[in-house]
Amino acid sequence: MSNVDVVITGLGATTPLGGDVSSTWDALLAGRNGIRANTTDWAERYDLPARLHAPLAVEPTEVLPRVQARRLDRCEQIALIAARQAWADAGYEPPTEEHEPVDPDRLGVSIGTGIGGPLTLLDQDDLLEEHGLRKVSPLTVPMLMPNGPAAHVGIDLRARAGVHTVASACASGAEGIANAYQMIQNGRADVVIAGGADACIHPITVAGFCQSRTLSTRNDAPERASRPFDTQRDGFVLGEGAGVVVLERAEHAAARGARVYGRITGYGMTADAYHITGNHPDGIGQIRAMEQAVRMGGLSPADVGHVNAHATSTVVGDVGEAAAIRKALGEHVLVTAPKSSFGHLVGGAGAVESIIALLSIYHSVIPATRNLENLDPKVGLDVVAGEARKVELTAAINNSFGFGGHNVALLFTAA
Amino acid sequence: MQPMSEKFSDEQILEGLGEIVEEVAGVSPDDVTADKSFVDDLDIDSLSMVEIAVQAEDRFGVKIPDDELANLKTVGDALKYVSAHS
Repeated sequence: MSNVDVVITGLGATTPLGGDVSSTWDALLAGRNGIRANTTDWAERYDLPARLHAPLAVEPTEVLPRVQARRLDRCEQIALIAARQAWADAGYEPPTEEHEPVDPDRLGVSIGTGIGGPLTLLDQDDLLEEHGLRKVSPLTVPMLMPNGPAAHVGIDLRARAGVHTVASACASGAEGIANAYQMIQNGRADVVIAGGADACIHPITVAGFCQSRTLSTRNDAPERASRPFDTQRDGFVLGEGAGVVVLERAEHAAARGARVYGRITGYGMTADAYHITGNHPDGIGQIRAMEQAVRMGGLSPADVGHVNAHATSTVVGDVGEAAAIRKALGEHVLVTAPKSSFGHLVGGAGAVESIIALLSIYHSVIPATRNLENLDPKVGLDVVAGEARKVELTAAINNSFGFGGHNVALLFTAA
Repeated sequence: MQPMSEKFSDEQILEGLGEIVEEVAGVSPDDVTADKSFVDDLDIDSLSMVEIAVQAEDRFGVKIPDDELANLKTVGDALKYVSAHS
């Protein structure tokens, strides 16, 4: 059982469905699609078998001042955009020297990323090759380093309790939130800005995923390509995006009369120790992660009404997760898989999907999984499809799993 | 880019520095005057100074070694350096 109440008071995101949380959420409820044909010249040049992606709906350079944008990697840009949104959504003014809405020594940052700044690394390498040393940016290292997103958010919002970055591939955003929760539990901070970000749509990452045979090749029908739990699923679609939440000690939030979206009351974090990309066939790590989260929150599996699934639309992964959910929680849970709408946001996924799980509790409605036409009979769960489902929820789990065998389950409950 | 041998007037150098500083650091060219300190007045950090120097080298066909760059405290210092070396 946890001993410190932690609430969520602010949400921010930029995704392939929208430039903020409300547009993303509205698009999800409306069943809109964020997946596009990849018509770049490089997809053609390298004859890539998978020509689909899920780019951001709003370019970061449309939001950030020009000079600030040019000093940041794309991953840093979107983390900063989402963090500022979450901060404002929590009711905080932008901090200045004269006015610090939260004591900086009690304010932390925990933002994960799967890959960090590969776009900068590769661009600057091209410049070095073509033009030599002089053209390499002095900002190269701070732009490509994986802690860059967290560091920039920490500078911008004046966080001095500690600024942390976790890298657990596609589980990074969820693990960032779990670590933030732990930071408050440990008494290191009253408020932590937490989440994850990735922006790594580039010929080399797409080529690498193509070679690992993990991407959907349904190139003729982008809107139908990402179809978790459907019998015709054939892989995931690479997206880009960031999600950030403001976690706050409940007394701290209550003292300032903050709006509370819900609570985080537990997490489970385990490892498979099995294979670098494949899940353990018995789902042992995933099962234990969900069981730990439920136990830490002082609940029983029957109390958890909903799982926002990791479900990336791969043949093996989706049914493996479904089996783990049945084993850990039972067959009663309602499941949804938002990657059907916006693809796989890598380090952003766990954070954006945690926001969706939380809003499902807050608004009593679960967005539908797109493209679920024929439920794989091996799933054995009630996957919300067709249209969003209205349902009162008291507790929900967000699952996020990553290459490397990382399994993270976060437990959210109603305010 | 200008040819290496061209001699620039002080007005041309100041205008060029203004454009470079605006591009790199977002400072209005009107604020880039000879008396201003890059660091103290225009709030330009050491990383941006490296970028400004590289762009100035290209634009004015000069070489600005690191030990010289460290001496260019004000816009006026830069103007004088470029004028003397272009």
